[in-house]
Amino acid sequence: MKLLLKGARVIDPSQKIDALMDVLIEEGKIGACGTAITASPDVKVIDLTGMIVAPGLIDMHVHLREPGLEYKETIASGSAAAVAGGFTSIACMPNTEPVNDNRSITEFIRRKAAEANLANVYPIGAISIGSEGRQLTEFWDLKEAGIIALSDDGKPVMDAALLRRALEYASSLDLPVIQHCEDKNLSAGGLMNEGYYATILGLPGIPAIAEDVMVARDILIAEYTRTRIHIAHVSTAGAVRLIRDAKARGLNVTAETAPHYFTLTDESLQDYNTNYKVSPPLRNATDVGAIKEGLADGTLDAIACDHAPHGRTDKEVEFEYALNGISGLETSLGLSLNLWHDGILPLPELIAKMSCNPARILSLDKGMLAIGSDADITVINPDLPWIVDVKSFHSRGKNSPFHGLKMKGRAVLTIVGGDIKYNGLAEKP
Amino acid sequence: MMKLEKKDILGIREMTVDEINLILETAESFLEISTRDIKKVPTLRGKSVINLFYEASTRTRTSFEIAGKRLSADTINISASTSSVVKGETLIDTARNLEAMNPDIIVIRHSAAGAPHLLASLVSQSIINAGDGAHEHPSQALLDMMTIKAKKGKIHGLKIALVGDILHSRVARSNIYGLSKMGAEVVVAGPATMIPRDIERMGVKVYTKLDDAIADADVVMMLRIQLERQKQNIFPSLREYAQHYCLNRNNIKRAKDDVIVMHPGPMNRGVEISPDIADDPNYSVILDQVNNGVAVRMALLYLLSGGNE
Repeated sequence: MKLLLKGARVIDPSQKIDALMDVLIEEGKIGACGTAITASPDVKVIDLTGMIVAPGLIDMHVHLREPGLEYKETIASGSAAAVAGGFTSIACMPNTEPVNDNRSITEFIRRKAAEANLANVYPIGAISIGSEGRQLTEFWDLKEAGIIALSDDGKPVMDAALLRRALEYASSLDLPVIQHCEDKNLSAGGLMNEGYYATILGLPGIPAIAEDVMVARDILIAEYTRTRIHIAHVSTAGAVRLIRDAKARGLNVTAETAPHYFTLTDESLQDYNTNYKVSPPLRNATDVGAIKEGLADGTLDAIACDHAPHGRTDKEVEFEYALNGISGLETSLGLSLNLWHDGILPLPELIAKMSCNPARILSLDKGMLAIGSDADITVINPDLPWIVDVKSFHSRGKNSPFHGLKMKGRAVLTIVGGDIKYNGLAEKP
Repeated sequence: MMKLEKKDILGIREMTVDEINLILETAESFLEISTRDIKKVPTLRGKSVINLFYEASTRTRTSFEIAGKRLSADTINISASTSSVVKGETLIDTARNLEAMNPDIIVIRHSAAGAPHLLASLVSQSIINAGDGAHEHPSQALLDMMTIKAKKGKIHGLKIALVGDILHSRVARSNIYGLSKMGAEVVVAGPATMIPRDIERMGVKVYTKLDDAIADADVVMMLRIQLERQKQNIFPSLREYAQHYCLNRNNIKRAKDDVIVMHPGPMNRGVEISPDIADDPNYSVILDQVNNGVAVRMALLYLLSGGNE
């Protein structure tokens, strides 16, 4: 099928394009991009006046829970959530049961993703077997099976020598290593950000330095080994400062943050609502300000929502027993658009952090609208008012602290490889 | 007399000064019942109170039970272990089952901060927090305020020192809220490992030395040290703790001459408080606290049952 997207503001940060243009999609690729393209009779024309056409959005940090935890999410339901949220590509963390630490799990994930046939799903392989921090997995084998990065996800590599070897070995096959930076000794027993609100709530604290010391250590290891490292979901002012300094020194360090870290503070936890329980924890207003600065000045390269769907039994318990995470794919773009509405990021920069930047970090041939590239496109209505309703989530995880929140702007059309995978154009706000 | 407009007693933080005064005055009027030959009034006949304790407690549970019985309520004690909670029935299901049996008040103690709030959000019955994690222990703070008021005639303007493991203490948090609201100057003391971060924002002054904290104090409240905190390196040894933070005949001279000494119990004699002080009626009001505890809990049960209506 041929598609002609007419009259939208086309923003492609990879080519520095920001203009009113038409985009023609042919055979799953971008066929043409220009003003006043005329349609032949076999082309389906979609009028997108007032909309934004962006490269398909990429979320480089999601949890799809399959295999093993299908009651929380499946690859199919997570893919549906992705395209409904405007994401054409997602990279899924290896903390499934069993852990994605070998070829068979990677192949399984890819097969399930192909069957779902919605978003592009890129598996991330475990750094260590079982993500237990002892023995490296077979990076080459995993790469051949289709992983695009390595991470031990929520079980960060505490052993500095192991991280050193992982960075070195991964560099020889050009696989990025993603580290969840948390010193498990400093965070032990903690349930929320250490500070005034933890004190008055009587909840054990997780100090910001649990993140900061790990970021500092990992930057030093990457510098020494002359390798690159990607820091996941940055939440503290200290981490932003360390990454900014590392970049200024020319090190190959990249970083992402998640919408909740520039939207919420630990003050939100006051009624012990477990939907606000995340890892790393929501920090204070100073940290939120620093995250926004880090996004604005380019210290933070990408926005990834750390989509962590859970079942009701995981969250409807005492705060202490509740699991960490937010089902984020369907609110990520809306929350991120607030950065533009609030004047923190121009739209092209915001889109870059959700498309070409994660593509560059993961070495994916995605996140662009160049002629001949895959026709992965997200159409955004930037001002459309809507209200978050978890009941309408495509994700099985209804765990969102944003339920009921008024939003401005969302994806209205998600095209993957030239096929429309989500169409919300007809939906009334 | 005004009426308590709350459904639940979850913490002192949410309480107004008027509410605290109402509870204290009601409790004072109940004191006399416990001195009678027949220690029972029919006020809450036909009401049922469930004591749902997920954490071991002798004093608080007994106090609530006696309080209920003296008002002729039917009191039912449930001891649940949190280990079975993790594997077995959730708090939510327990709550719904209890609710279906239609009690009037549920008193809950739980090791997880916020558990009473979860319960209160689920059931229509009144919930009394009898201690949740390191969060709050409102009935303890109320009985402490009642004791101070009885001994000093007021709370406003007093200097009150809380000493010990503030980090893990729900008694400290509830008292900081309550005593500050009532106009006292509250100071806390302990080694820095026992002081929670940003506690100054709660309006207290922080000291790391016992002597500094209790200087010119009208009230000194010593908190229990739990031996298991040693494993977390909160302190190196009971020996060293006792050498520097035990209230004794010597250091108490720094406080006002008419200082009163309190302890929420159970005491570690010779660790945070020397037996000399604990047993000296010139200082210690520890057993008055226990006595007032029954009256305060009677007042809470009475007011939540719609007393004064």
